[in-house]
Amino acid sequence: MLHSHTRGPRRAAPKQPVGSWRSPAFRSALIQALAVLVIVILVFMLARTVAGHMQARGIQSGFDFLLGSAGFDIGESLIPFDSLQPYWMAYLVGLTNTLRVAILGIVLASILGTLIGIGRLSKSILLRGVCSVYVEFFRNIPLLLQLLVWYLLFTELLPDSQAPWHTGPFFLSKGGLSFPIPTWSTGLGWDMPVLGEYAVENGGSLTPEFLALLVGLSTYTAAFIAEVVRSGLQSVAAGQSEAAHALGLSRSQTLRKVLLPQALRVIIPPMTSQYLNLTKNSSLAVAIGYPDVVSIANTAINQTGRAVECIALVMLVYLSTSLITSWLMARYEARMALQER
Amino acid sequence: MQSQFTSGTPVVHTATPARPAPRQSHGVATWFKGHLFGSWAASVGTVIVLCLLLLVVPSLWRWAVLDAVWRSDFEACQVATGACWGVVTEKFRIILFGRYLFEAQWRPLLATCLMLALLVASGKRRFWTARLWALWPVVLVLSYVLMAGGTLGLPAVETDRWGGLPLTILLASLSMAIAFPLGLLLALGRTSELPVIRALCRVYIEIIRGVPLISVLFMASFMFPLLLPQGFSIDVLLRVLIGISLFAAAYTAEVLRGGLQAIPQSQWEAAYTLGLNYWQIQRKVVLPQALAMVVPGIVNNFISTFKDTSLVTIVGLYELTGALSLALNSDASWRPFKVEAYLFVAAIYFVFCFAMSLYSRSIERQLQRSATR
Repeated sequence: MLHSHTRGPRRAAPKQPVGSWRSPAFRSALIQALAVLVIVILVFMLARTVAGHMQARGIQSGFDFLLGSAGFDIGESLIPFDSLQPYWMAYLVGLTNTLRVAILGIVLASILGTLIGIGRLSKSILLRGVCSVYVEFFRNIPLLLQLLVWYLLFTELLPDSQAPWHTGPFFLSKGGLSFPIPTWSTGLGWDMPVLGEYAVENGGSLTPEFLALLVGLSTYTAAFIAEVVRSGLQSVAAGQSEAAHALGLSRSQTLRKVLLPQALRVIIPPMTSQYLNLTKNSSLAVAIGYPDVVSIANTAINQTGRAVECIALVMLVYLSTSLITSWLMARYEARMALQER
Repeated sequence: MQSQFTSGTPVVHTATPARPAPRQSHGVATWFKGHLFGSWAASVGTVIVLCLLLLVVPSLWRWAVLDAVWRSDFEACQVATGACWGVVTEKFRIILFGRYLFEAQWRPLLATCLMLALLVASGKRRFWTARLWALWPVVLVLSYVLMAGGTLGLPAVETDRWGGLPLTILLASLSMAIAFPLGLLLALGRTSELPVIRALCRVYIEIIRGVPLISVLFMASFMFPLLLPQGFSIDVLLRVLIGISLFAAAYTAEVLRGGLQAIPQSQWEAAYTLGLNYWQIQRKVVLPQALAMVVPGIVNNFISTFKDTSLVTIVGLYELTGALSLALNSDASWRPFKVEAYLFVAAIYFVFCFAMSLYSRSIERQLQRSATR
């Protein structure tokens, strides 16, 4: 018998009538619908329990409390505030305080972290060692503990405000740091701090709470930024700088046109997440009494009992900061990405 | 020179004399030149660091060792110019164990040893078997029973009296044990092909990663009681534990996702061709490779969680950081020596975290070695 190797008729595709419950499409739709259903039921049940509790305990809900007067003073604020002003103003003060410490902290941490990161690649074994010790020391101790120690240093171990340390126009004491600020009344002038009878007067000043938080956040985050910078610089292959040298580029040209553009592409994404971490970590201010947005919310919860609303507001603040930053980062990365093939 | 060939004289190839061997650079002077003054920038760095060290180290040494008081003698501490380590000798039981029943403090000590043994064993490749997975819940439950008491003839100790180092370690390992399976589910969902599941997981991860832990802890302590049916109450330790676990799960999920996405698509295709279904592929092909890849990331997560447990003192639990305030804030005579006590606690945290980060780095090196082979 001859085997004919002719091609048989193509097998028909497996029959999958639309809507058959065995079809993958239907199954995946079913699973997803079930997941949504379960979550909706869960949320509904939780909401009902919460509402029940609130009714039983006579807790009011809603965001109308934001318009009522706050009734508490805030230690420091950039905008004038007193206890008669509404809660939303208090939140605004907290938000500005958070942003103030976060922005200054980001600047300081970037400078310090970059220096230490470069120091870790130094040819000097001594400098390298000190920088590694710095990184390991600050990374492996909880930030909260560091903040408490800084706060202790700034409030108990500095001299009293009658006899502050001072160099030039800068005064440092338990009362905080005083420094001259420029004024524009009649041309450029300086409002100088002077040593009064009990404390330093005039000039600009920073409270010990702010200083402790700023120094703590910057030194802690600098350790992480140092690692980001180091690994970024190391990620550029050594052959690149040798090749640039061979082409006759000067050292600064090599750095500017060859090394930095490549290193920055590696550095910037983790650097952004360190900035976000610093901003989120500034919420530890509540432990040392700096009135940031979390600590204002904490006071508001204790006064009004509207925990759900107050926590939601805090989360909204941080979440919007994070999401805006991530969105900007995604755009930036898309622009910086290598155009391959 | 051309004449050589035309004149018929034989060509003589003489070897060029060998170049002198590079100068052997041994000796102290060369070492200093290479390691301390290798370049202009390095020399400046060395000099600056040397000056700083000469300025700081001698006085620090005098303060911390030479002039320090080591015994718990309050009067001696007051007149001493150095550190007063006596505060640690005096208060270490409260710092380490918080308000735990004084006579029964062997129980948290034993529980801590058990958990540490478990953690160390989990770090050894030799023990990475199914039995280890089973051991985790057993040891954690055993530690919990040891600390809580109420059975086996042990007097009961309420959770609000727990504190110090055992609480720190318990919170860190329990929350990681809960966060890991949760994070695995989230990571699988985040990489799933079902758009709705993917979106849900993504929303959860992004929200949690976008907010600070302290707000999650506030939510846990203020809102969880409202979420339970009336008549039920939830222990503050449990609330905080759930809060930290939910938080850590989002970060674990992102680490795991990195591992899952590193498995090439062709492995999926090959496994499908062999007739395996989704769960079989995950269990037998993808996860074993992905999990081994993310061990350093998971260890780093554990370090963060370990450090993060210090935040529970803000919502009223006395773990290591909180127990320190507990020990000193009420005692006016020892309070001035808080810095020394802080340094002691910082040293404890440092030892744990540094050991874990060294471990994480060694695993990372092993992985790199196997990747380049």
